Amino acid sequence: MAQAVFHREPAEAPLLAVHDLHTWFELRQWGFLRVGAVHAVDGVSFTLARGEAVAFVGESGCGKSSLARTLLGLHRPTRGEVRFDGGSLGDLDAGGLKAYRARVGYVQQDPYGALPPFLDVGRILAEPLIIHGVKARAERERRIRAVLEEVRLSPAEEYLTKFPHMLSGGQQQRVVIARALILAPALLIADEPVSMLDASVRIEILDLLRGIQASRGLTLAFITHDLSTVRHFAERIFVMYAGRVVESAAVDALLDHPQHPYTQALLAAIADPDAANATRQREVPGGEPPSLIHPPAGCRFHPRCPHAMAGLCDHDEPPDFEPRRRHLSACWLHR
Amino acid sequence: MSEPTLLRVADLALHYRTRRGVVRAVDGVGFDLRRNEALVVLGESGCGKSSLARALMRVLPRNVQHTGGRVMLGETEVTALPDERFRREVQWSRMALVMQASMNALNPVVRVGEQVAEPLRVLRGWSRRRALERAAEVFGLVGVSTDFLSRYPFELSGGMRQRAVLAMALVAEPELVILDEPTSALDVLTQAGIMNALKRIKREQGTSFILITHDVATSSELADRVALMYAGQFVEVADADAFFSRPAHPYSRMLMASVPRLRQRSRPEAIPGQPPNLFDPPSGCRFAARCPHRFARCAHDPEAIRLGERHRVRCWLHDESTRRGGA
Repeated sequence: MAQAVFHREPAEAPLLAVHDLHTWFELRQWGFLRVGAVHAVDGVSFTLARGEAVAFVGESGCGKSSLARTLLGLHRPTRGEVRFDGGSLGDLDAGGLKAYRARVGYVQQDPYGALPPFLDVGRILAEPLIIHGVKARAERERRIRAVLEEVRLSPAEEYLTKFPHMLSGGQQQRVVIARALILAPALLIADEPVSMLDASVRIEILDLLRGIQASRGLTLAFITHDLSTVRHFAERIFVMYAGRVVESAAVDALLDHPQHPYTQALLAAIADPDAANATRQREVPGGEPPSLIHPPAGCRFHPRCPHAMAGLCDHDEPPDFEPRRRHLSACWLHR
Repeated sequence: MSEPTLLRVADLALHYRTRRGVVRAVDGVGFDLRRNEALVVLGESGCGKSSLARALMRVLPRNVQHTGGRVMLGETEVTALPDERFRREVQWSRMALVMQASMNALNPVVRVGEQVAEPLRVLRGWSRRRALERAAEVFGLVGVSTDFLSRYPFELSGGMRQRAVLAMALVAEPELVILDEPTSALDVLTQAGIMNALKRIKREQGTSFILITHDVATSSELADRVALMYAGQFVEVADADAFFSRPAHPYSRMLMASVPRLRQRSRPEAIPGQPPNLFDPPSGCRFAARCPHRFARCAHDPEAIRLGERHRVRCWLHDESTRRGGA
């Protein structure tokens, strides 16, 4: 079982340490007038250990993809710090950033959109090696074959000359994963890696990612909206809402004993297949996620929260409480 | 007490002409639907489930090579109606379709209320005012504030646009509403809200539904009956309870085992292999290549075998002579 990897030395330095991270997108009128900002990521802190698989869960617009793209070095943080393997991302120059990107792999959501349609698989996988200075053709070919076998596209010869449109969705996603792995990254960020795929293929791809993570000892960060799959494919979960992490804990603890009212609402809305569902109304909090341009004061969930306490939740931002051991929840109910 | 039958579909077929040959997207589908019943058509992409909706509603692309079969809606033989009469007498007023991603197909420069009211003005010649009043009524039904009647689509969130499209389908009080993946692009809470609205509408209005989806968990939110589609055919049709707890077809069982469940620790299992291509479907059982129970008889096309009053399965494993050890 992959779960065995979970116990590790607490003394070991984390691979990734994110502190008070803010990624804002400035809004301008007529091209120059600053009229505000979208607070996509708004004060997020966490650490990821080496070899750990975690999931960031939230609905669209909660900031999970902006977080992923900030970690990849595609957005510059507005405030806060990302430390990777001891060094700060903010200190890197262009060369440093290039080296950093070789150590962080990215698996995109839409495999077809992520692959250049006019390059064959061999060339797609050679590209990162060429950019990162693997000059010997024989060495490149050896690594391309090895990584294709690793993502179970074998025999490799059969796929090298294929173009993306000749592959099924699942096979395309395997090529994307192979491309993310070919530079031997220490961290793999997968942004909704299976949401565009068919149900029967999803499990295959998630199994593959989890298997590779365990065998390579990678740190894996899943970004997903699908809570029903995370139990089997991550060890820890971070639940995001309106640019912040509202709850985090080990997978079983979080799914079996959700603490934050938002997490509770999210879990209550998810059905497991059962004929009785058809006669049951689900409890759904009213309203919609708030604007990220003017997020509500206090707790961001308070306008939709059934437990909101006037004068507190709509005024003061809740800090992280620890209602259960190693289980954080940013909610005044735990005070 | 069982409701009378609303829809009878027999031998429905829809084949497309493409450069690579003929695609048999819907290949001999038959089922009955009672009044106030919800049938879920489950299947993976490419199994023909959206084509089934198109065939029922005659929303056909240009490259149709062949359509066939018989559709009875109440006492009307829908398939025998000329296009013009179908459009005037059946579409919207008796049968409405919410197509996949149609919430993104709203006209961006027309107020939402006007668009929802439009079928009434066109089909029934209602005045603008009367049609808008009815639109306001349906907005209430689907859970959208009537303030939104005068908004433009871009001012609505995805969930609200989806509800508006649903309102448009319901505005002329059709007996049957066909929904093609109505919630698959939406967030979990929005999804749950829309499924709640559908349940309420079904209960209060007595509407029948055909819900087309690939999502097993969501399907159980509305289903009285489930039809599992594979490679253009229904491989199993059963009451929801029987389908979710005692699926009979090997594909149904494997599909149920592949569903990740929030509240169970059992690990979901992938279904090995891929669906056959529909240009040249294999003779015999179309699932045979992926089936762990395959045996000699699977080389012949399985018949729909009756397991119970309203339970059919296309698999030789359930045939009497197989079970007796014959064939």
